[in-house]
Amino acid sequence: MSNDRFRDFSNGGIAKRLGVPRIPVLRRYAPGQPLLDGPALVAGSGRFAKSVAALVTEEGGTVVDEVGEGRVAAVVVDLTDATTLDDLAAARAVLQPAVRALAPSGRVLLLGPSPSEASGVEAAAVAQALDGLVRTIAKEARAGATANLLVVDAEATPAAVDSSVRFFLSARSAYVDGQVVHVGVPVGSPQDPPALDSPTEKRLDGRVAVVTGAARGIGAAIADTLARDGARVVAVDIPAAGESLVAVANRTGGTALQLDITAEDAPARLVAFLTERFGRLDLLVHNAGITRDKLLANMDAERWDSVLNVNLRAQLRITEALLDSALLGDGARIVSVSSQSGIAGNRGQANYVASKAGIIGMVRALAPVVAPRGITVNAVAPGFIETAMTATMPVATREGGRRINSLRQGGLPVDVAETIGWLGQAASGGVNGQVVRVCGQSMIGA
Amino acid sequence: MRKAAVIGGNRIPFARANGKYARASNLDMLTTTLDGLVARFGLADERLGEVVAGAVLKHSRDFNLTREAVLGSRLAPSTPAYDIQQACGTGLEATIAVANKIALGQIESGVAGGVDTASDAPIAVNEDLRKVLVALNGARTLQQRLKLLGKLRPGQIVPEIPQNSEPRTGLSMGEHAAITAREWGVSREAQDELAALSHQHLAAAYDRGFFDDLVTPYLGLTRDDNLRPDSTVEKLARLTPVFGKGDGATMTAGNSTPLTDGAALTLLGSDEWAAAHNLPVLARFVDAETAAVDYVHGRDGLLTAPVYAVPRLLERNGLTLQDFDFYEIHEAFASTVLATLAAWEDPGFAKERLGLDAPLGSIDRSRLNVAGSSLAAGHPFAATGGRIVSTLAKLLHEKGSGRGLISICAAGGQGVVAILEAAA
Repeated sequence: MSNDRFRDFSNGGIAKRLGVPRIPVLRRYAPGQPLLDGPALVAGSGRFAKSVAALVTEEGGTVVDEVGEGRVAAVVVDLTDATTLDDLAAARAVLQPAVRALAPSGRVLLLGPSPSEASGVEAAAVAQALDGLVRTIAKEARAGATANLLVVDAEATPAAVDSSVRFFLSARSAYVDGQVVHVGVPVGSPQDPPALDSPTEKRLDGRVAVVTGAARGIGAAIADTLARDGARVVAVDIPAAGESLVAVANRTGGTALQLDITAEDAPARLVAFLTERFGRLDLLVHNAGITRDKLLANMDAERWDSVLNVNLRAQLRITEALLDSALLGDGARIVSVSSQSGIAGNRGQANYVASKAGIIGMVRALAPVVAPRGITVNAVAPGFIETAMTATMPVATREGGRRINSLRQGGLPVDVAETIGWLGQAASGGVNGQVVRVCGQSMIGA
Repeated sequence: MRKAAVIGGNRIPFARANGKYARASNLDMLTTTLDGLVARFGLADERLGEVVAGAVLKHSRDFNLTREAVLGSRLAPSTPAYDIQQACGTGLEATIAVANKIALGQIESGVAGGVDTASDAPIAVNEDLRKVLVALNGARTLQQRLKLLGKLRPGQIVPEIPQNSEPRTGLSMGEHAAITAREWGVSREAQDELAALSHQHLAAAYDRGFFDDLVTPYLGLTRDDNLRPDSTVEKLARLTPVFGKGDGATMTAGNSTPLTDGAALTLLGSDEWAAAHNLPVLARFVDAETAAVDYVHGRDGLLTAPVYAVPRLLERNGLTLQDFDFYEIHEAFASTVLATLAAWEDPGFAKERLGLDAPLGSIDRSRLNVAGSSLAAGHPFAATGGRIVSTLAKLLHEKGSGRGLISICAAGGQGVVAILEAAA
């Protein structure tokens, strides 16, 4: 799908001699791949440093406590106990040589305290400073390296951050850059982690997942990725898309459900289908979306309604019906696909933007309500993702969209899918009500 | 004996011949339809008891059509399959075969149906040429070969094209049906009315999402392209008759089925198998009967065998014609359906031809082909049985009770009929 000719050219010999800046080829996840391609520097005196080091070792990686001769594949600095400017200065001392030694597609992951829990003004300032620091590291990082920050609540244990640390260190987070994700005490009752041969693989084993809009593009990638990680996928799309939906369902070993999600009886039909066929639902992915672009000055009610009905109203109705049913139990996850446009606004897309911004509001309002049931609700907000739709854009528009982010390229549908796979794990109960951008740290809306 | 459960079905939209599916083969359509069924019921890599299907117009290379479709599908390659062929009765006869094996406990699950293309039809080598070529293949010496090559004539280049006519009468099916229509005095208006209803019923069923879990789009087609949702008796009345002769001719392109391409399959299983796979039981396959008539020398019409099959089926099951909530009478021609109903209502016919004291009587016409039938959907010969079985099973499931009667006429003076009942 990624037909980025400029990136390919920039990696060739001629481009090198001409001094054309090189567009990095991002490391992406493949089953059996090690968590990291080189040693990880784990530093900091917070309560997670030890467990992060253990996690890297468990995955077969090497942990170092200072930068040596060679490069490091990851730098994790646990600053959850940082409260003073002196602590911040110590962080600089660790990070300065580390970012210099960072390997291509390297990872910088900071763990910091929550500013809202800070015990004093200086502590709050330090906590907030990490936010700006990580965004800057992301902008300065080269060769496909990323930097992200986990803001961890004081009461959260190492188990709460485990799945997030794995995600942000791995190649699965290739296009997630400059993000700040809050991790709290996991919702619901404590879950026994599933017994896995390899801890990074099959983390969705046996989970029943519904993906709407699964016939093509990002939805198809989500279905593929969830199935690869062991989920039993129910691929949903409008009846007219049935032919490609069959292909997705059969290659994932899943089930195809032809359903117009805007139909009056769609929520009831989905509930009845899941009740009969699976008896439960572990992961609901609201991905289906449409565009009907017009400037607001020319926007008629039909365009407005059709987009809002598919992109937002159907999500609200289906979520409500599923929450009313007994299908979503402790450990269930809801992930909704928002958009960078929903954060930044976009000319000619008032209807689309309203729906995608609305999703963010929905997620934030719903998260605390369903948390006591052990359910989380999160959103992902893709930036410029290379799909059949972007392939038909005018060249200038497409090139602009691709380059104005820190990784200087468009993301792939699988990048969105991997992020949903992380949020969809039972082990990700500490992440709730979050909006995670999958945008390569796009400047739009940042 | 247990009754086989009808679990669901899948078909591709039916396309008028030489249209959207002009370049699709029977194997393409059957494999696609099977894959759609696999996706709908989550059967990837599953080994089923058997897949039984067939085609009426069939290339000689498709001698193992259904097995090839299985091998090309996402079903486990360890799923056995075989072909059958009984003209337009193929799809329903395949269903009977699978349902009987399930009832006997020989298999726990199976798929039945059929496919046909009138576009990608087989064209055979001229019969004279074929004889020479066969002999040439068997010749041992150069001398023999040269002698045979000398028998080649320019006229042998003319191929054999399949004919839509009965080999023993030389009449087309439409001409046969026109004779029956005249015998029973089936009016043009009644035929057009039935045809318009078929279109309206099918369109309404699509509009309410009835086919969302019965049909999977194919090659850009999302609905049967013979369907005219705005069809009316008035519009149909404008068409010129194409079958029959003179002023009494009543059969037009509007009240006859067009040549069509398509495929349809039904998933059947035991209750236990369905439960183990968390699959619904829409209906149960109760019983079936076939009949044949001597349309060559006797008094019966080519497409009237169901008239004989149904009374025998009813008697064996202790039922009357009025004991049904749905009637699915295949609309080969509107006149066929109306002549069949007229025959069941006729006391003289009952006594003399069916050997019954009283006629079967009339049916509640509001229960006939309520989700449309072949006049609207089209009629890819072997696919019609699968379309009807799946449609009726879903109708019964929606109603939650009752039973339905299927009646399908077939070339060669044959008829296949069956009873389905709602799953309790």
